[in-house]
Amino acid sequence: MGQITLQGVQKSFGPVHIIKGADLDIADGSFVVFVGPSGCGKTTLLRLIAGLEDVTGGAILIDGRNVVNVPPARRGLSMVFQSYALYPHMSVRGNIAFGLKMAGVAKDEINRKVEAAAATLNLTPYLDRKPRELSGGQRQRVAIGRAIVREPKAFLFDEPLSNLDAALRVQMRLEVTRLQKQLGTTAIYVTHDQVEAMTMADKIVVLNGGKIEQYGSPLELYEKPSNLFVAGFIGSPKMNFITGEPAKRQGAATIGVRPEHLKVERDGQGGWHGTVAVAEHLGSDTFLYVDAGPQGMLTARYVGELGLSPGDRVSLVPEQARIHRFDDSGKAIRA
Amino acid sequence: MARMVTTRRKVISTVAAWLVGFLIFFPILWMVLASFKTELEAFAIPPSFLFFHWTTENYATVQERSDYLHHALNSIVIAGGSTLIAMLIAVPAAWSMAFSPTKRTKDILLWMLSTKMMPPVGVLVPIYLIYRNFGLLDTRSGLIFILCLGNLPIVIWMLFTYFKEIPKDILEAARMDGATIGRELIYVLTPMAVPGLASTLLLNLILAWNEAFWTLNLSTLEAAPLTVFIASYSSPEGLFWAKLSAASTLAIAPILVLGWFSQRQLVRGLTFGAVK
Repeated sequence: MGQITLQGVQKSFGPVHIIKGADLDIADGSFVVFVGPSGCGKTTLLRLIAGLEDVTGGAILIDGRNVVNVPPARRGLSMVFQSYALYPHMSVRGNIAFGLKMAGVAKDEINRKVEAAAATLNLTPYLDRKPRELSGGQRQRVAIGRAIVREPKAFLFDEPLSNLDAALRVQMRLEVTRLQKQLGTTAIYVTHDQVEAMTMADKIVVLNGGKIEQYGSPLELYEKPSNLFVAGFIGSPKMNFITGEPAKRQGAATIGVRPEHLKVERDGQGGWHGTVAVAEHLGSDTFLYVDAGPQGMLTARYVGELGLSPGDRVSLVPEQARIHRFDDSGKAIRA
Repeated sequence: MARMVTTRRKVISTVAAWLVGFLIFFPILWMVLASFKTELEAFAIPPSFLFFHWTTENYATVQERSDYLHHALNSIVIAGGSTLIAMLIAVPAAWSMAFSPTKRTKDILLWMLSTKMMPPVGVLVPIYLIYRNFGLLDTRSGLIFILCLGNLPIVIWMLFTYFKEIPKDILEAARMDGATIGRELIYVLTPMAVPGLASTLLLNLILAWNEAFWTLNLSTLEAAPLTVFIASYSSPEGLFWAKLSAASTLAIAPILVLGWFSQRQLVRGLTFGAVK
């Protein structure tokens, strides 16, 4: 079991409030991603759950038991660090076995478990090597092996893929997700990369300035962002925001339209008119940056190739049902 | 072409490195050579480099005139003792400053270092009087105490920088893995800190072994280490270059051998590959 509940969790460093009261319910076996810009408090929140930092206020429940005064090792969680934090003087085997050794597990059982973990992670040929003799991806796997071998209630990942190159990152992303589904262990994963968040998560927690902005499934966040911040943070390219007259006509202070929900037409009727400032041709998609006068700069995504170049006149027609409306305070207006 | 340039550059830098190395080593070599010359040849002009009458009589005379072993034993006890005590004090001090620094940590470190900026002769008279009143003159414990105090700032600084290099993440990983403070110390920190501890220990040992100011001023015979033994050969009777050289060679031999054997282990850092 690995059900984690946060109740009004707060953290301050001196006069600085890093976490301003977080409430969260993480179901057993789910993959939850904390995402937000740097400095939003996502890593701090993870470290509070791990027990590497003490909470200033509130409660953290793991399977119903408040653990705020329980030392990290006894919370039954394991953590994968951004820097991997492998023990440099121990072999891969020693690294993976260390937690079990500390727990006083019998020697042959340790061996059995370490070898099983190594087999899962394709590390068997490297068991007797030192971390410095491994590549980045292999070190990452050792760090994950060290986490899974203890059969924890939950895995905590602190930006584990950010030191890998782009291709390896995509591959490890898949491996981590597959492994988590296979083991069925709760996972909390911190990242600043919203693509990682969208692709890996069962549920995403969007954090900003020490507060939880929204908690929901990736598609919920994409389709029904509860405020301007989430609307702007989730989705790539970013949602277009339009204020002033066009927004007022829709009965909102700000309206938002995603680039993929703008229909691009050459000299079409209706919608918003503008001139193409930049066109990015990806083959599969075309991203257009359009100067649309009173609406400001708009980004539009067209699936396929339209053969437009800077200076061309286009019209952009938003899909009426997919216009997001926000009030003065930035909150979403639901119809 | 490029390959040729790099090989030539390599040859030049190798030759330059050997030249510099030889230049640094030359005084020691000259001393060793002089110790095998007769007193007359030792200050002959022009000096003979290798073609002289080799003799070991200086060593015999030195051993006859003074008790090398007595002074060597004192050196070992004083250098070893002061190093050990300095390490015992410095490890926890550097530890806490590296792993739980406060706003004032940098100031404390600088203040410690500042004590090394004063010439020791400035406090010779008060220290001498204190030592006289406490009966510490010409005692091993007195010398251990002063050398330990003198080297403590350097030892703390060195250890501090070594400990600073141990990534905090690794300690946290050990905590997550369920290691108690004691086990963290035994299984994780100590093995990672060993190269740093060893090189600090060795450097401090060398500094204490070679320290001449306090040992010359605060000891005469009973507690006198090898520095005093050497100095006794530049006496009012006149300079005895060959015997002085023989005494010096005997004095530096143990520490030279120790440094030679430990250089390999000291250079090698362990942390590489742990993070990133």
